[in-house]
Amino acid sequence: MSNNSSPLQVAVIGAGPSGFYTANAIMEIVPNCCVDIIEALPTPYGLIRSGVAPDHQNTKAVSRIFERTAQDPRFGFYGNVIFGQDVSLKELHNHYDAIVLATGATLDRALAIPGSEISGVFGSAAFVGWYNGHPDFKDLNPDLSTTTVVIIGNGNVAIDVARVLIKTPQEMLNSDLAGHAAKIIHHSLIKDIYIIGRRGPLEAKFSNKELVEIGKLTNGVPVVDSAQIPAKVYGEMSDLDRHIREKNLQTLREFSSFSSTDKNKRVHFLFNSRPIKVLGNGHVKGVSLERTQVENINASGTGEIFEIPCGIVISAIGYQMPPLNEVPMNVSGDLVANFEGYVSKGLYVVGWAKRGPKGVIGTNKADAEVVADHISKQITVGFLAGRDGLEALLNKNKVKWVSFSDWQKINAREVSLAPAGAPRQKITKISDMLAIIK
Amino acid sequence: MGYVVTEKCIKCKYQDCIAVCPVNCFYHGEVMLVINPDECIDCGACEPVCTAQAIVFGDTNDGEAWLDLNLKYSNVWPNITRKGETPTDADSYNKLEGKYQKYFSASPGKSVR
Repeated sequence: MSNNSSPLQVAVIGAGPSGFYTANAIMEIVPNCCVDIIEALPTPYGLIRSGVAPDHQNTKAVSRIFERTAQDPRFGFYGNVIFGQDVSLKELHNHYDAIVLATGATLDRALAIPGSEISGVFGSAAFVGWYNGHPDFKDLNPDLSTTTVVIIGNGNVAIDVARVLIKTPQEMLNSDLAGHAAKIIHHSLIKDIYIIGRRGPLEAKFSNKELVEIGKLTNGVPVVDSAQIPAKVYGEMSDLDRHIREKNLQTLREFSSFSSTDKNKRVHFLFNSRPIKVLGNGHVKGVSLERTQVENINASGTGEIFEIPCGIVISAIGYQMPPLNEVPMNVSGDLVANFEGYVSKGLYVVGWAKRGPKGVIGTNKADAEVVADHISKQITVGFLAGRDGLEALLNKNKVKWVSFSDWQKINAREVSLAPAGAPRQKITKISDMLAIIK
Repeated sequence: MGYVVTEKCIKCKYQDCIAVCPVNCFYHGEVMLVINPDECIDCGACEPVCTAQAIVFGDTNDGEAWLDLNLKYSNVWPNITRKGETPTDADSYNKLEGKYQKYFSASPGKSVR
């Protein structure tokens, strides 16, 4: 609801997919509006840039549609502005009729076992952020002079990490693997990677597309013990769920027929094993695990303990959101308290902060549409200053924000620095990015 | 390149694919959906969610047969970005053979809004 002259002012916090889909949905239903995305990093796109694997450039191409959204004259981008630090929720309410939190779930779920604090144990948000050139993790400097890596988790992130660690420089030629990571990865001594699942193949969350890729590596072969693969998919479920699992079982069966000496390096899938302790003094030297059995989707220990010596442990067991200032959390403390995206008067939430770290990129579209609909029906124009107010505030606090055209200059520089075959060379220091747009 | 919709979609139109497509590259006719092969980014999110298992990778024997159809009609039919009504008799058409010969229609789908 807006009148002819004064637009509805909306601020979206977070420039990942949920933020962009939301900006787009609002501009579609509210003709007279201004939508500003406020983003902590100078660069937009969230996990598209820092989460999607560097050799999955096709998936990253979704940013093309976000670029289109950004061309709308009603759209604004304020990068390098940290919500809760450079601008508060209260200050935003002074200038915007509605605020939408699209802040995601940027932290690793903690690997809550003894020894998880030993040097050489990494969460996947940090490790993937490191090889994807995220400024916060550029100095991670993992020591990959080990022959064995243990990855804990049975989702696509676990597979991504294994694949990026094993692919050859040739295979990564068309990727945007961060330079500092390429140096370390391509000189690593890694020969064996273990992907550990505390439950069985039927409970694994790998998508078949990703699983299949592990069977097509130049220098690596998947290793699966056929005894770990159920003969068929059992249990009550829809035809579709059954079909998805059958495809994974089929792929794992094929993998179990490969010889582990086929290639130089091996990716071992170890199911029904849960990590109970990280071993080592000063640095990781192994993981102690317990074999499990699955009863009614839950894993229970069998008492059979075994060890895998290794020099690096990476946990890929999901994400969680950091606490946000002035924003109410739900009872279990893992999501922003909300009802269908409504938090409180003039405040909404979309994406992983709303429904948890699950789904695929497109899953965020539905959140965006629901909230855009709420806003169009619940919010009236308050004749607030919108981005004029925001900019005055940022100037007062001497915050150097990055506009979308500034980002395009940074983008152009990354593209121009690209090694042959690669789409870009990521710039990983924020000060370097800001120097480009001075 | 990318994924294509096969005749398994015809008269089913479950439309779960649309909900997960990050780039909105589905176009709808009266009896089925198609993918625009140029807009598809190969993310693979749609293929596993189709109840009728109607989506395949374009670069396969199965896929190539449907590539032209998807290319042609994605340039003619309207874009569909949110799931509409699944036909009430969708399940009765699921897994039937020869649906293209019997039921294909070149008519565009009706607006979902």
